Amino acid sequence: MRRSAVTGVGVVAPGGVNREAFWDTITSGRTATRKITFFDPEGFRSQIAAEADFDPHAAGLDDQEINRMDRYVQFAVAAAMEAVTDAGLDVEQIDRDRTAVTLGSAVGGTMVLERDYVVVSNHGQKWLVDHEYASPFLYQALVPSTLASEVALKFGAHGPSVVVSTGCTSGIDGIGYGHQLIQDGEADIVISGASETGISPISMACFDPIKATSRRNDDPAHASRPFDRDRDGFVMGEGSAVLVLEEFESAQARGAHIYCEVAGYANRGNAYHMTGLRPDGAEMAEAILDAMAQGGIEPEDIDYINAHGSGTKQNDRHETAAYKRALGDQAYKIPISSIKSMIGHSLGGIGAVEMAACALAIDRGVVPPTANWENPDPECDLDYTPNEAKRKQVDAALSTGSGFGGFQSAMILARPQELQEVGI
Amino acid sequence: MATAPEITSIPNPERRAVITGIGVIAPNGIGTEKWWEATRAGQSGIGRITRFDPSQYPAQLAGEVEGFDAADYIEQRMIVQTDHWTHMALAATQMALEDAQFDPEGKDPYRMSVITASGSGGNEFGQKEIENLWGKGPIFVGAYQSIAWFYAATTGQIAIKYGMKGPCGVVCQEGAGGLEALWHSRRNILRNVDFVISGGTEAPIGPYALTCQLTTGRLSLESDPEDAYRPFDSRANGYVPGEGGAIIIVESADHAEARGAPQVYAEVLGYGATNDADHPKRSTADGTQLGRAITLALERAGIGADEVDAVIADAAGVPDADAAEAQAISEVLGNGVPVTAPKTMVGRLYGGGAPLDVAAAVLAMRDGVLPPTTNLDSPAEGLDLDFVTEPREAQLRTVLVNARGFGGFNSALVLRRP
Repeated sequence: MRRSAVTGVGVVAPGGVNREAFWDTITSGRTATRKITFFDPEGFRSQIAAEADFDPHAAGLDDQEINRMDRYVQFAVAAAMEAVTDAGLDVEQIDRDRTAVTLGSAVGGTMVLERDYVVVSNHGQKWLVDHEYASPFLYQALVPSTLASEVALKFGAHGPSVVVSTGCTSGIDGIGYGHQLIQDGEADIVISGASETGISPISMACFDPIKATSRRNDDPAHASRPFDRDRDGFVMGEGSAVLVLEEFESAQARGAHIYCEVAGYANRGNAYHMTGLRPDGAEMAEAILDAMAQGGIEPEDIDYINAHGSGTKQNDRHETAAYKRALGDQAYKIPISSIKSMIGHSLGGIGAVEMAACALAIDRGVVPPTANWENPDPECDLDYTPNEAKRKQVDAALSTGSGFGGFQSAMILARPQELQEVGI
Repeated sequence: MATAPEITSIPNPERRAVITGIGVIAPNGIGTEKWWEATRAGQSGIGRITRFDPSQYPAQLAGEVEGFDAADYIEQRMIVQTDHWTHMALAATQMALEDAQFDPEGKDPYRMSVITASGSGGNEFGQKEIENLWGKGPIFVGAYQSIAWFYAATTGQIAIKYGMKGPCGVVCQEGAGGLEALWHSRRNILRNVDFVISGGTEAPIGPYALTCQLTTGRLSLESDPEDAYRPFDSRANGYVPGEGGAIIIVESADHAEARGAPQVYAEVLGYGATNDADHPKRSTADGTQLGRAITLALERAGIGADEVDAVIADAAGVPDADAAEAQAISEVLGNGVPVTAPKTMVGRLYGGGAPLDVAAAVLAMRDGVLPPTTNLDSPAEGLDLDFVTEPREAQLRTVLVNARGFGGFNSALVLRRP
């Protein structure tokens, strides 16, 4: 069976817009949530978000790219450049026909769609909008596949390219898709990951009426409180991460730094509700067990769980139940954390950012904490690594995600057997 | 020891994927047989847009599904929660399940999946809500915006309605996504899923969605349907968008046999996908990457170029892209293979387009007849292929379907009659 090695990691996230700044943010327990500055949030129920201070020029994008790319595409291109550089790949030398792009996004180009909508509709006054006011790259915002097109163009990747859009599991699923392409021999290198930039009026307005987002507007720094008793919803975020996946043997042969490998990946539907989660966590537990079975991983082998931990009442309860169901008593012994406590919930992007956190946790032997954890919730009674990072050898890390539409995903990254003895 | 999961997603290359059900909602026919009858006869469903008044727009034609009433298929509660795009997919799913004579009730939920393609999601629903937001204020945005607009809405709703808990997915590659969805269904069949609701639909005929499409410069601006979408023709001048699509049931061959499925239309045998990695606005006449997708599809299918009995073309209707496709077909398959593009009767359906072409391919094999490419009077200079412009009887065992998506996506799928 062909295996996937993770050989490069790139991140754009709130609190610091590259891999090292991201790692510093999430291991220091700093929160990057704040009152929204991108637009005036007056009149919205939730007025807070984790915004990234992203400068596309500094990230290496040129003027034309910045002009034609929506913010979420810019994030992904920046993260991909960092990841490919990190992997030490020379794009002139690799077999670009065998290089694939698999990226996730839940809401795609909504920022440009909304920006242009406001103009063509003259502030929401016209159903029959005026097409003459549309900007030249507006169609690229309508179709989320643009994300894959632009990253493929950036690296001249002629292999399969796809955008996976499974709501808030898009990030895990984007990487899982790439892993399957390597397994099946459809590609040798995959630029995989996800991106989302949903801090815009229409995206914020989506979650207001269903009360999914936090309204701790007077205390944004402490608003994202996964697994804490006083959590009141998620805090919107934005971000992107790209992992370079390579067929394991070829990565080893070229002497690449191998962070870890994809030991297992699974996704499931909950067949229950578009936004609701079954309290017993059965389907997420199935995804976890499938991912474990693929890698021959036992509950005792898992050293860290990176939770979806969105900070909604139902999610954190659901996820806690899923861990107990899949891992039994071991669920109580494994350190768990939700980095959304610090960098918010970037919808379809966050799953990839969380996989990046897992790869770095394995590489560096640190478990990032759950910030803002103060008061235990009797229904969430596991070890959520409160507030402070923990030094710990991590050989296998599990990450899970839940998405609107009923999607439940799980991925396990692990230090390859042949590299374990030289581990930290 | 860990508890064993219901299914383990380790690929087993011995497993085979077959098509056992089809449900069609198309501008020239609702229901598979009605659509197929119209398609064989060359009847077009393209006309002036009626969903809104198109007078102010330079492109005024579309393939609209006339006479579709969501209430014939879906309960009212669901209608208000979902976009027109999802309505059509739910209706087509019902038809496809009936065609496959499969009732998901009581079956192992973890072995059933939903994997669809989407181009632009619930854009009409989205325009109404964004109008509420900017015209009236945030509190006027409805509670269903969050679940109706995003690209995963259709897969999610189908999976919930039919109790499917296997690996579910949504793929986006603009016009090529439908083939990717079918092949991704096969990837999951290899990984021990038995039954997948796949394919896709699209509803791109709203004022804002049309405005977005106009910015590509690829829509035909002609007002007479016969002058508008003319792929491969010397008067090719762009394409006409259309709505609808097809839901396709992809099933493991063993499962279909064991349950006595009423028909196996075709095996999903081979697939290739590439990307041009070219500037989004630059139209290229270079078919190298599409040709490579076709070659990969043949290799994966384990067949020679001479075994392809017909090609359902992507048929962009844009001169450079037509030239690229003709070059790819002729270089890999030669100039003798019949090539047709029945989408001239419905327009380009984006996420729904390739699944509808797959439906055409398998029914062409079943009935031994190739549907025509309408509006193709005189091929553009240099396009030397055997274009099918009238319905043609043909013994077909293997058909290749091409699909391309804006943004450099190329894909090719090999289907073989059992």
